[in-house]
Amino acid sequence: MRELYQRLQSLFVLGELTEQRANLFFITVEKDRLRPLITHLRDREGLRHLVLLTAVDWLEEGQFQLTYLLCDRLTRRDLGLRVMLDRANPVMESIHDLWPTAATYQRELREMFGIDFPGSPRLDEEFILEGWNTTPPYRRDFDTLEYARSQYAERAGRETRDPETHMRAQLYPESN
Amino acid sequence: MDFDWMKIPYSLLTLFIVVNYGMILNAFIQKIGARVGRRHGIPIWQNYADLIKNYSIRSSITHGVMFYLGPVFRLSGGVGLLLFVPTIYGSYMFSNMSFAGDLILALYFVFFGTLGMALGAAESGHPHAAIGITRGLSQVTAAELPFALAVFAVALQYQTLSVTDIVAAQQGSFLNWTLFTNPLAVTAAMLSFLGSMMRPPFDVVLAPQEIPIGPPTEYHSSYLALMQTNRAIFPIAKIVIYMNLFFGGAASWPVFFLKVFCIYMISVLVGVVFPRFRVEQSIRWFLIWAVPVGILAVVLV
Amino acid sequence: MKPELEKRIVRTPDGQEFEVDPLRDYYCEAAPTVMPAAYGKIVEDLFNWARSQSLWILGFGTGCGAIEMRPLMTPRFDAYRYGVQWRPTPRQANLFIISGYLSTKTLKRAIRSYEQMQNPKYVVGLGSCTINGGMYWDSYNTIKCLDQYLPVDLYITGCMPRPEALLQGFEDLKKLIRAGKCEGANKYSENFDWYKANQKQVIHDWDMPDYNW
Ligand code: SF4
Repeated sequence: MRELYQRLQSLFVLGELTEQRANLFFITVEKDRLRPLITHLRDREGLRHLVLLTAVDWLEEGQFQLTYLLCDRLTRRDLGLRVMLDRANPVMESIHDLWPTAATYQRELREMFGIDFPGSPRLDEEFILEGWNTTPPYRRDFDTLEYARSQYAERAGRETRDPETHMRAQLYPESN
Repeated sequence: MDFDWMKIPYSLLTLFIVVNYGMILNAFIQKIGARVGRRHGIPIWQNYADLIKNYSIRSSITHGVMFYLGPVFRLSGGVGLLLFVPTIYGSYMFSNMSFAGDLILALYFVFFGTLGMALGAAESGHPHAAIGITRGLSQVTAAELPFALAVFAVALQYQTLSVTDIVAAQQGSFLNWTLFTNPLAVTAAMLSFLGSMMRPPFDVVLAPQEIPIGPPTEYHSSYLALMQTNRAIFPIAKIVIYMNLFFGGAASWPVFFLKVFCIYMISVLVGVVFPRFRVEQSIRWFLIWAVPVGILAVVLV
Repeated sequence: MKPELEKRIVRTPDGQEFEVDPLRDYYCEAAPTVMPAAYGKIVEDLFNWARSQSLWILGFGTGCGAIEMRPLMTPRFDAYRYGVQWRPTPRQANLFIISGYLSTKTLKRAIRSYEQMQNPKYVVGLGSCTINGGMYWDSYNTIKCLDQYLPVDLYITGCMPRPEALLQGFEDLKKLIRAGKCEGANKYSENFDWYKANQKQVIHDWDMPDYNW
């Protein structure tokens, strides 16, 4: 894994490195440096499986983080590539031509986070939601609870208990 | 021609007996199937409850005239089949209209219901119904082929097309049954019988799990109830034909009940053992196994 | 609205042109009507008995509960002996079990299926999600109170109710039907506007006729 990193370092400009496990590394890369790197990894280094493509909303920093997780089945190692996007204008290059499955992930990200991937097939079709008309629901500035309250009728009389205190009172009444 | 008016109430009585027998027998057969699967199965009167329920549904919608006529055709197929063959041989009361029709008419009635169903279901405009119909018609046609061959063989053997005469020729000892005088024809016919009883392994057309329930997808309330009534009559009517042609007919009701039950059991036994065939598999099966036997039967007579 | 549902001009092969409005031409938009019990007491009692003994469930599973309905067909629970059967098409079914949480997307399908069922029809809400939202009470995409959108005859509580609870629920439903208390379909047509308003409040892209059967 280390030696892979060193090999990559001599070829590409890489950002921060996180060693999660001996066989799981994360590397941050610039937005427009991703494609050559990821193509190289797929074609030359045997990381041929795109495990997932997902996003994290760093609201405070004003950034979205995209994570491309690649896997090499033969040597059982995973490499994650992190790309930081500007939250105000989240656009990323599509990689559906490298992995056709990426198109589905990109549709989901488009719907749930509002990240745009120009050129990705069927990107603007509805993926899971139908007729969604406010902030994309996975963005952190979307207030789920408030939305659920205002949108869906509630039945009166619902109680919510803290599981820990409730179970303690149930199971060990003497400890209170 | 002077028509014997007393025939009409008598035929209605036959119909009544057969409907009830059919309902109970169907439930009983389902129970046997369930027991094989280690279940309790439906109560024996379940079919009656279903039937009343369906008649008591308050709303119903239609898709056009043929949609009405589909179940009616289907039912008349079953009733016609039953009435134009002698149910009880030698009984004035229960030989019904058998003087009027012959074997060819009966063959036609076997097919008539499916055809009517096809028209009706096609009118409903539901894609599942259309697919179900195509599959149903191809399978029934394939299954009908050996039966037709067997019928020709039998007609040649007895040199008549009248069902009554064929039954008459088989009386006496059971060694006179076609089953023993012409086993090849009977084999072919019984293979076809498996296919037309809508039980596994050939029930892909009507099985609720396949292409949602096939042709009757859109049918509901009273339409469905009519079809259920037919579901009770038709197998019995069909078995009556088989019984008359191949198993010596029946001379009294107890014999009738017993023989119908036994013939039905053949398809049930096969059904609980084998998994379901796909349509093209079953067509191939009929063409490879049943049709040659039928041809052989015709040739050898 | 989907493009195939929009009004458009169609040209026939021989050059005629006419306008097609799918929502009007392909569907019948008439609102449901109330259909009271039409016969005398004895007949209705017989009918109610038959209805209660022949519950045909629409094979439509939503949420986690669909998993708990399957065991009912197996030898262990065998719901068939209580006159319960599964039907693959809404036309023939008369019992709709909402088996758990309903996302708004599924709610749309559930409404369509419900409206295609024929008049004496029953809805059973299964699990706490249908009653008050259950563990999805703060979800952005699931409804919390089923009887705002469909007329519910019976709720079965639990998360998830065991198959035994379902069987018990069927028995209770039968008692209600026999007592003639399950007139959900009529309730639906009486309060049609109220139900529709509630439904349209949560379903934002309403791309079907108001009543589809
Ligand atoms: S009540 Fe529980 S088991 Fe049922 S759908 Fe809701 S979360 Fe799932």
